Amino acid sequence: MKIDSIQDGVVLDHIKAGKSMDIYKYLHLDKLDCSVAIIKNVRSGRLGKKDIIKIDSPMEVDLDVLGYIDPDITVNIIRNGVRVEKKHLALPEKLVNVIHCKNPRCITTAESQLPAIFLLSDAQKRSYRCAYCEAEKTRRV
Amino acid sequence: MRNLIDVTDLSVAEIDELIATAEDMIAEPDKYAQVCRGKQLATLFFEPSTRTRLSFESAMLSLGGSVLGFSEANSSSTAKGETVGDTVHTVSCYVDIVAMRHPKEGAPYAAAQYSEVPIINAGDGGHNHPTQTLTDLLTIHREKGRLDNLTVGFCGDLKFGRTVHSLVNALSRQKGINFVFISPEELKMPAYIKENTLDKNGLSYEETASLEEAMPKLDILYMTRVQKERFFNEADYIRLKDTYVLDPEKLETAKKDLCILHPLPRVNEISIAVDSDPRACYWKQVKNGKFIRMALIMKLLELQL
Repeated sequence: MKIDSIQDGVVLDHIKAGKSMDIYKYLHLDKLDCSVAIIKNVRSGRLGKKDIIKIDSPMEVDLDVLGYIDPDITVNIIRNGVRVEKKHLALPEKLVNVIHCKNPRCITTAESQLPAIFLLSDAQKRSYRCAYCEAEKTRRV
Repeated sequence: MRNLIDVTDLSVAEIDELIATAEDMIAEPDKYAQVCRGKQLATLFFEPSTRTRLSFESAMLSLGGSVLGFSEANSSSTAKGETVGDTVHTVSCYVDIVAMRHPKEGAPYAAAQYSEVPIINAGDGGHNHPTQTLTDLLTIHREKGRLDNLTVGFCGDLKFGRTVHSLVNALSRQKGINFVFISPEELKMPAYIKENTLDKNGLSYEETASLEEAMPKLDILYMTRVQKERFFNEADYIRLKDTYVLDPEKLETAKKDLCILHPLPRVNEISIAVDSDPRACYWKQVKNGKFIRMALIMKLLELQL
């Protein structure tokens, strides 16, 4: 894969410098069979330094996961070597099976097959609450 | 289909409507004696209870309905490892409405995802207890004639006390409520309630460790028990359980029309000598609990007179 040009795939841009490996793990990119390029510490006018991930496959990116990790990331969809769409993210109102409740008194810790549901409680603090027990979780990345 | 998982699932207007219905039930119970004829309530209690379970059962029977259920997890398929969702889904195939108590927080929310009939949260761990809150609101309304412009003191276990959390949530939607939180350092009101319910809505509250200091200003005093079952460490429970004991001496500086509430059961946080004080309203609270649950069952079953 040429790092600067992919034919059909996804480019994740404006990743905070040093955070690309977290995204690699959250999106389970290690499971992909196609080429994935992680470019670290790219010069950026807005961020100073940034990371970029290029995925050489027209995969569906879980925007909720990405929005939770960092809503400032931009998602570029590439078709036939041309960017056909640029998506700006937002903090999702609801997260399902992205993060898990750590409250030992929560029903989800006793019954792990229940979907882990978190609802956005404070966009400024980027904090979420477990829909079951209301325990708070603040975005880590 | 409506559930009651958290007291804020009901609007202020709906709570007013439930209080009005309960008041009418108290005045003329015979009018409602057949409203739930042919309907069944399941009381699924995965944790022991006297008042709440019997209050629900008495409420349904007083409405002409019938009841079934279990009073401890060991007598249900939970003992075989069945999930809350499967247990409730099964029972919801038999009955018209379910009242459930569970030691794990959020269990009623989980149950509601699988139920075919309305779910009423009858207490989930240290989290919520909305029908106790409705009981408290009905009692305050009957004793004070209003739910607004009151100074309300909460005393004891404010950290794990689910009845306290639910009542603070409900009263925070009323005008002119001053909250006074009286607790030892270790059992203070959780930060998320102060931040999300009180600070966010610009509501005033004060925190103190002294019941004596707070007493003269209170219109309502809500006493709570330090609950042994909420502690992982028994030594902490023993150290904190007798922090506050309300007795006639402490009431000497209280207002003449103070209203003393307690969700019960009490251990020794209210001396028996207080029971004969006209300001002690906790036995009235027990009675009111049945009527507000009658009104709630009618509402969730969408039944009219």
